[in-house]
Amino acid sequence: MSCNRMESRILPYVDGRLKAAEMKEMEAHLKTCAACELRVSEFRAVSGLLDEMPQIEPSGAFDARVRARVAAEPVKQSWWSVFAPSPRVAFAASMLLLAMVWLGSRPTDTVTPVNNGGVEQEAQVMSDLPVLENLDVLSNFDALSDLPSPVSDDSNQQQQQQPDSSTDM
Amino acid sequence: MARSDVQLMLDVKAGDEQSFALLLHRYRSPLVNFLYRMVRNREQAEDLAQEVFIRVYRAREDYVPSAKFTTWLFRIATNLALNSVRDTRHQRMELSLDAPVTTDAEDGDERTLDVADKHPDIEQHLVEEARKKMIRHAIDKLPEKQRAAVLLHKYQELDYNEIAKIMECSESALKSLLFRAYETLRVELAPLVAGAKS
Repeated sequence: MSCNRMESRILPYVDGRLKAAEMKEMEAHLKTCAACELRVSEFRAVSGLLDEMPQIEPSGAFDARVRARVAAEPVKQSWWSVFAPSPRVAFAASMLLLAMVWLGSRPTDTVTPVNNGGVEQEAQVMSDLPVLENLDVLSNFDALSDLPSPVSDDSNQQQQQQPDSSTDM
Repeated sequence: MARSDVQLMLDVKAGDEQSFALLLHRYRSPLVNFLYRMVRNREQAEDLAQEVFIRVYRAREDYVPSAKFTTWLFRIATNLALNSVRDTRHQRMELSLDAPVTTDAEDGDERTLDVADKHPDIEQHLVEEARKKMIRHAIDKLPEKQRAAVLLHKYQELDYNEIAKIMECSESALKSLLFRAYETLRVELAPLVAGAKS
């Protein structure tokens, strides 16, 4: 077993954090390697020196300062909280509701009478709409006044017979 | 039976402020000590520790117990400490040049050495102070990542896997980092190490 491979195990060995198999391997190596044995004892001494450093205690005001900062943290609001009732929104909504109720309960000034005659008249106007749409054209249509007067049925029959006699000749 | 960290955090998530107070009580001292040893300034360490707790509190609604609570807590603390050390490196160098001779800075008082101190055994006290100062300086001289790894390993007693997650590296990389750190400490503290061995 090379010393290089053991290097990363020296500190865990000093800490007693090696697995059982690794520990056996390490101990076997240390029996044959004075350099690693010396390193182990030196690391153990360093570890002991580090233990000598005293602990400090947080100041008396530490907890209070953390609590004050926590209390000053803004409260996160979820998206649904938009719908949560707030005094302002509730007041505005109730005022709006009252206004609507008040407007709805007021008597109206003009009431349109409903009768069947009116409906029939409206239907008649609807049926005459094509004529009414062309009323301007029809009222100014001069060609209608130039039409010949209507003729009787007898004269029509005579006019139809005359061409027949000419063809016989 | 005491509730686990994860259970407390889940209770905080559910809106229980008292559980947050319990977590604060449980971790205030380890966090402040870790941060103090990282930044070497008590006031700054407490400010950073407050920031860690606030970040935990802010993240409560999204908390998922996918890892150990301490891994998450110390990852926040380590990142804040590393950023702070990098940001104030220049300032610290300037301060150290003008700093007065002090006794133990660990008590936070940063007392100036007083020869007329009423200590019963002043000589022994001075030897002890010099020894602590040497150890402290050896830790301070470590590169930031090595220092963080040593502090998490030595004082928080976290396992290698957990420290590796905090440091965001592989377990083998962490072991290598710790080995180099201990090698540096071994050299820096050689007189004390020799004394400790004998």
